[in-house]
Amino acid sequence: MNSQSCVNIEKEWDIVSARQLGRNLARKLGFGTVDQARIATAISELARNIYLYAGSGEIYFDIVEDHPKKGIRIRAIDQGQGIEDIGKVMKDGYSTSGGLGAGLPGVKRLMDEFHISSVPGAGTEVEVVKWLR
Amino acid sequence: MRIPILKLHNYLLISIQIELDDQTAIQFQEDLLHKIHETGATGVVIDLTSVDVIDSFIAKVLGDVVSMSNLMGAKVVLTGIQPAVAMTLIDLGIHLKDVPTALNLEQGLIKLRQTLEE
Ligand SMILES: Nc1ncnc2c1ncn2[C@@H]1O[C@H](COP(=O)(O)OP(=O)(O)OP(=O)(O)O)[C@@H](O)[C@H]1O
Ligand SMILES: [Mg+2]
Repeated sequence: MNSQSCVNIEKEWDIVSARQLGRNLARKLGFGTVDQARIATAISELARNIYLYAGSGEIYFDIVEDHPKKGIRIRAIDQGQGIEDIGKVMKDGYSTSGGLGAGLPGVKRLMDEFHISSVPGAGTEVEVVKWLR
Repeated sequence: MRIPILKLHNYLLISIQIELDDQTAIQFQEDLLHKIHETGATGVVIDLTSVDVIDSFIAKVLGDVVSMSNLMGAKVVLTGIQPAVAMTLIDLGIHLKDVPTALNLEQGLIKLRQTLEE
């Protein structure tokens, strides 16, 4: 399980495949049910954002070790329109699609580490980590 | 895929037993509203015992279906939300404050009967 896995996000069902794969990985790593749900939910949010705003992209999963800590890392990468103002999209309730605007700020709270970088017109990358407790 | 909707007296009962993708969730919203219209049901219980992920999209669909059903005159109770799901919803900042909930299907039916008799 040390190799990296990847799910291509192109159609709606890929959102489900990505979160199922992530949950299985998390379970195998030893995460409890609550953290499994947090990880699966975060993946669902990131995958849907790719599907909705970029059209397509990839979600990569791997295991990170920072001795003695071990965790799961998820990277959501797309070459879509990008985000102009990161500060704005990280606010609860901000949505350009009539959604709840809960996705990105929610993912930040669900996970232990959260990094987002985006270049308008070129794409977006969100990297999150959840550590095993 | 479609979620079955059962009718019991004046109530509609739904137990979500499949993985909820966006399309299935939207289809369910539509099917439920039609079923309420068709049957004149006054109460609805949606049991979520088997649902292990509720993300912001599904939460929105569920919240909307409750408001839409209310507009049509049917009360909806959500039941069986798993502890892990409740915790992730709070992390997402989703409190479903105006949505009636109950521990399980049986409690949900009791709650419906109480609200409808008031
Ligand atoms: N990968 C992305 N590429 C381009 N824009 C994005 C991307 N992800 C998010 N955004 C922008 O950031 C906004 C906020 O995203 P967030 O996931 O927090 O909320 P939402 O998707 O609008 O609603 P929700 O996730 O609650 O259904 C989006 O409305 C969109 O404009
Ligand atoms: Mg989103």
